[in-house]
Amino acid sequence: MPQKSAGPGFESWGRYPKLDASVVPLNWTSDFPLRPPPATRMLPVGAGRSYGDVCLLGHGTLLRTRGPGLSGGMDRLLDFDPATGILCCEAGATLGEILDFAVPRGFFLPVSPGTKYVTVGGAIANDIHGKNHHVAGTFGRHVPRFELLRSDGTQLICSPAQNANWYAATIGGMGLTGLIAWAEVKLRPIVSRRIRYTGIKFSGVEEFIALSEAHAKSEYTVSWIDCLATGHNFARGIFMAGEHDTVAAPLKRSKPARLSLPFNFPEFVLNRWSVGVFNALYYNKQHTKTKNAIVDYEPFFYPLDKLQHWNRMYGRDGFLQFQCVLPWEAGQPGLLEILKTISSSRLASFLAVLKVFGDAPSPGMMSFPKPGITLALDFPIRREIAFDLLERLAAITLEHKGRMYPAKDATMTAGQFQAFYPQWKKFAAYIDPAFDSAFWQRVTV
Amino acid sequence: MPARRFPTTVLALGATSAICEATLRVLAERGARFYLVARNQEKLNAVAADLRTRGASGVVTHAMDLDDTAAHPAMLATAAQSLGTIDLALLAYGVLGNQAEAEASYAAAEEVLHTNFLSAVSLITWLANYFESMGQGTLAVISSVAGDRGRKSNYVYGASKGALNIFLDGVRNRIDRAGVQVLTIKPGFVATPMTAHLAQGPLFAQPSQVARGIVKAIEKRRDIVYLPAFWAIIMMILRLIPRRIFKKLSV
Repeated sequence: MPQKSAGPGFESWGRYPKLDASVVPLNWTSDFPLRPPPATRMLPVGAGRSYGDVCLLGHGTLLRTRGPGLSGGMDRLLDFDPATGILCCEAGATLGEILDFAVPRGFFLPVSPGTKYVTVGGAIANDIHGKNHHVAGTFGRHVPRFELLRSDGTQLICSPAQNANWYAATIGGMGLTGLIAWAEVKLRPIVSRRIRYTGIKFSGVEEFIALSEAHAKSEYTVSWIDCLATGHNFARGIFMAGEHDTVAAPLKRSKPARLSLPFNFPEFVLNRWSVGVFNALYYNKQHTKTKNAIVDYEPFFYPLDKLQHWNRMYGRDGFLQFQCVLPWEAGQPGLLEILKTISSSRLASFLAVLKVFGDAPSPGMMSFPKPGITLALDFPIRREIAFDLLERLAAITLEHKGRMYPAKDATMTAGQFQAFYPQWKKFAAYIDPAFDSAFWQRVTV
Repeated sequence: MPARRFPTTVLALGATSAICEATLRVLAERGARFYLVARNQEKLNAVAADLRTRGASGVVTHAMDLDDTAAHPAMLATAAQSLGTIDLALLAYGVLGNQAEAEASYAAAEEVLHTNFLSAVSLITWLANYFESMGQGTLAVISSVAGDRGRKSNYVYGASKGALNIFLDGVRNRIDRAGVQVLTIKPGFVATPMTAHLAQGPLFAQPSQVARGIVKAIEKRRDIVYLPAFWAIIMMILRLIPRRIFKKLSV
């Protein structure tokens, strides 16, 4: 039987908001439904790597598919067929654990987000995307099948052909439709750990778009952008493209990360001056306009995973993420307005990422990605100013027919959410009656 | 007898415990064959599927309650037959019990002692004779640092593990000379379902970390291993505290 442990305030990766809940570790798919059922509402949570409150439920019961201390739990690999590349695993397995298994066997994830510490369940629930969205679409597109467990004991095998409505509702369904017990993920073959990398400096949104178009056939593309720079440096950045190397090389397993940020940084460490210095150094580290290199996949996909607990960099109060997608027809003016609003806000975004989404349709009813340009930012929470800025960015996003990403949100209003996702009412019919989340409460009031 | 033969046939008793499962994964990656025993068939099926996926060359499951000592000899004979020979037997089940209940009632204390000590004695007796007759093999038993000294907060659990340690010391002295390794594993705090209700401090280790330590200790033919290793120092200090001081402490 799973044992209840009153969580000392379970935190999402952004560490805001802070809401108390009891945490019940699920170690086996047969641990759910809970016996006896809890008196409160429930929400499944994996590694807790989403940023805002999509994985939180104040005064509720969090069903944690990772074991205490983040190892173990529902992390079993149930089947692998090297002929098809389909791996079946329990929902609590992380993408890093899948890589540890798959890379030595010559396989790789179909879609990688910026961290390998997310679980498969979380990847489906947020229908995550990666640097290859423009060619591969979202993670959900590579999940042929999964099993959904409902709190009334119903077990649903879901695929595009079987229980297709539940399949669509659960992908991007923010954990609300039930507990994913296991899922199949279709891996892709590789012959090397290496990535052939090209970095190109750009200046301005137009050049970024031109580079994205010129490299539309590169498997992975993403850009870092300096959001503080003004004047002739405005919207400067580095466009990064990568491909899996096709020259065979040893497929060793990655070594575990040893570096950890052991304490919270004081609030003053990250400010517009320190970030400005970092940005200038980062931009100028690459001397030439174009740089080619062969790099390991770990630093290419997961540069921040090297440092455990990097979210402590933002101090105890945590940070706010903002990610929007703006459709092509309104993208460029919208993006310029957002970037100008940020650079004049005096708030420094440490990690600012720009990418073009492709037109592969997302399989989820509530999936975030759609064709256009996406921008991801984060801001330390300092006074009301970060909230004021996000409010303005949300308004600009709405005005330009874009939408924001629930997995990275702690601030959008019910009105904004319902405008971004008009299908929300249709989705609500699939929510498990015993499930709820702080995010859902906030955006459906 | 090669000194460091890696176990290729493994009997896991309590195969669904977190530390055991983590250890079996390491062995599965090297292609071992398994006979898994635990109470719950559904959980056994999940562990078996995982081990097969990771590279196990064969997995047989056997659902039974290991408290039932009368059923041990038949189960062990079946396991030995199924595996051909047993290279490694890993005893990995146990209960933490509830110290307050065990203080109040002998029945509660007896349950802990039966599961952690007496049922283990039953298995070890059979396995020691088996390994002695084979002239090879490893008998690895997960005990606990709690068996090193009786403490106010968990002496019933501690006594069950302390008795187990002494029993294993004797068995080792008997069958080591026959070429059998007897490994007493003493983990400290490990983040497992058994300890999920305790506050997780910095001393808590992950099951995968403990598992790597167990496999290394088997390869190095160690007798006793503290996992993580710093527990050897903590327990040495704890054992050295004079009794007239120790009895006043609230540990």
